Amino acid sequence: MFKIIHAQFIAPGIKRFILEAPRIARKQRPGQFVILRVNETGERIPLTIERSDPEKGTVNLVVQSMGKTTHLLNSLETGDSILDIVGPLGKPSEIANFGTVVVIGGGVGTAMAYPTAAALKRAGNRVITILGGRNKDLVLLEREMREVSDTVFVTTDDGSYADKGLVTDKLRQLIENGTRIDLVLAVGPIPMMQAVAEMTRKERIRTIVSLNPIMIDGTGMCGGCRVLVEGKSEFACVDGPEFDAHRVDFAVLVQRNSMYRDAEKRSMDDYKRELEEKKAAVKTESDMACALEGK
Amino acid sequence: MAATTTKSKNPIPNRERIKMPRQHMPEQPPLIRAQQFTEVNLGYSAELARQEALRCIECAKPTCTETCPVGVKVKDFVQLIVDGDFLGAAAKIREDNVLPAITGRVCPQEDHCEGGCLLKKKGESLGIGYLERFVADYEQQHFDVKNIVKAPPTGKKVAIVGSGPSGLTAAGDLVQRGHQVHVFEALHEVGGVLTYGIPEFRLPKKIIREQVDYMRAMGIEFETDVVVGRTVTINELLEEEGYDAVFIGTGAGLPQFMGIPGEHLNGVYSANEFLTRINLMHAYEFPKYDEPMVDFRGKNVAVIGGGNTALDAIRSALRLGAGKAYVLYRRSEAEMPARLEEVKHARQEGIEFQVLAAPIEFLSDGKGWLSAARCQKMELGEPDASGRRRPVPMAGSEYEVPLSVAVIAIGTSANPIVQSTTPGLNTNKRGYIQADETSQRTSRKGVFAGGDIVTGSATVILAMGAGRRAAKGIHDYLKSGQW
Repeated sequence: MFKIIHAQFIAPGIKRFILEAPRIARKQRPGQFVILRVNETGERIPLTIERSDPEKGTVNLVVQSMGKTTHLLNSLETGDSILDIVGPLGKPSEIANFGTVVVIGGGVGTAMAYPTAAALKRAGNRVITILGGRNKDLVLLEREMREVSDTVFVTTDDGSYADKGLVTDKLRQLIENGTRIDLVLAVGPIPMMQAVAEMTRKERIRTIVSLNPIMIDGTGMCGGCRVLVEGKSEFACVDGPEFDAHRVDFAVLVQRNSMYRDAEKRSMDDYKRELEEKKAAVKTESDMACALEGK
Repeated sequence: MAATTTKSKNPIPNRERIKMPRQHMPEQPPLIRAQQFTEVNLGYSAELARQEALRCIECAKPTCTETCPVGVKVKDFVQLIVDGDFLGAAAKIREDNVLPAITGRVCPQEDHCEGGCLLKKKGESLGIGYLERFVADYEQQHFDVKNIVKAPPTGKKVAIVGSGPSGLTAAGDLVQRGHQVHVFEALHEVGGVLTYGIPEFRLPKKIIREQVDYMRAMGIEFETDVVVGRTVTINELLEEEGYDAVFIGTGAGLPQFMGIPGEHLNGVYSANEFLTRINLMHAYEFPKYDEPMVDFRGKNVAVIGGGNTALDAIRSALRLGAGKAYVLYRRSEAEMPARLEEVKHARQEGIEFQVLAAPIEFLSDGKGWLSAARCQKMELGEPDASGRRRPVPMAGSEYEVPLSVAVIAIGTSANPIVQSTTPGLNTNKRGYIQADETSQRTSRKGVFAGGDIVTGSATVILAMGAGRRAAKGIHDYLKSGQW
């Protein structure tokens, strides 16, 4: 059991957890992730480590409600526990002084990009950060990113905050302005990472993406997280999660991530129905209590 | 551990014993069991067990013990069954084998104890596996773990990496010698391949839990959710956490794929993933459990390979409602590495075997899902490095099999996590850890290794044999301090 020291929504549907996991906290390096299982009947899902505190023995996770498991997770509060957390998994990010690095974080992907951006800054890089979200609420960790970046640009799809547009619009501007870019790190939704990859491919700018395929064990044992990299199978859990964006077959990634769509929908529908039934039951109970008191 | 040769109380003369038929294992009817995950074999009754035990001709030089990788004193435990001392029989097995309820179910007895049985020359070998299973299950029901006698502590601490067959065996043997033993497991459940790989219908999870509970009662500690190499390194275990020795039993790691077109299509699985979803994650109980499985009810499923893993996968697929279930194996049935009983059971359940055939391409339905496998017929040529006749493709023999799901069960390669994070740990050119064949010592002082991470994919009992040798190797090292 892993205790939740603190849990707080940082945006609608997005919650930050501070968890007691001393072994993981001690070993975590930027770019790594954990796999967790909420309860006895739960599935195993991979999640980004936003940061860790080796002294306090805690790790932070940022979780966006998407399917049943993430909804269930985000229903947990300070003081609750998570049954299993294993990690840190995956290869750490390559940290060196590359020169100028553009870090692109889309939505909750920013939580994965953040520790790497911080480490790149410490390694002496000039860090230009582009944060994007569908709307203002989904621009995450702006304050944290500002602390570790030389420059921060923010875009929102709907223009509800900062510049209206996509992260790639900002990237294009940087390229067109003649900004020297030695490395791009992009973490976010697959279409975003793919669009970044296409843009930088032409410019021959080395680009790293962090992939999030379906995973079970996270140790290389099952091969479920295999991604097609220049025609060869690589495992995101042990060979990744970071890959050279120009070698990744994004179409296969999208296709494989859709494999359980029907089952995922069913789980989510069942979960919602359960919640409603619970709510209704609570309401009936309180109505009864009121009625009895009224007597 | 003195080998006591009890005086036989078997009243039947030897010449009569060899005429007695082998007692059949009661099992669920094929058509019923093919629809559920409950155990196929139902186990001997005490009466059947005694009848079977009476067949043993008590050889002066029992080859059954010689051929057993952990050296179970078969003759002695079988005589205790004849005497009606079932707990004594269980204790006798436990002198050499800490997982009798598991080996009694999954060991390929025909390659070991039963393969060497003299009765086989006259008819059928003694049902040693069935008898082992019987006494282990009897012990579970009648033995109170409070009665376990613990060895006086030596003050030495040993870390075991991996809770599969080799790790559990090493742990059991070491704790019996008085060492403090701590087992690390990467997954959320103990048991390694026994838990994630072998399905409920062949080895119920309850049996593993009971055997592990027994080990806990012996004093062994288990810690799940620790990937050694990532969560903690071997160096840290030795230098910071105070372990005097480490045993690495991380098992056969990465699933091999075939490298043919279409392997990334939805519906193409490694056997490890397919079985892990079902066994560890209970996907067969979806939606009660959250882990999903592709819905292939009424559709065609094939497994590629001919080992126990392949049969476990395809028989699971059948139980999940596959319309047609095939085994595609590139050699002939004679070369199949699976246990004979599993092949027999699979056939009874309606699995179709297409031998001397292998897929050369997986075809898409145009929407990213598998629709068929293009296969090629094979013929057998000269023996290869494994001693089995090499399959040679036949020109112009290509054919298509419509499929919704294909499960690739052609073996594994070494998982590099521990090796790559342990400086000075030598590996061979295939990435497996090099270890001495007797002591299981590696190139690193205080570090031992055994099982599939040393040999490549093998069997439960061979891994247990390695765990047993390692325990002796570790004990000798801890006693002498000499490397």
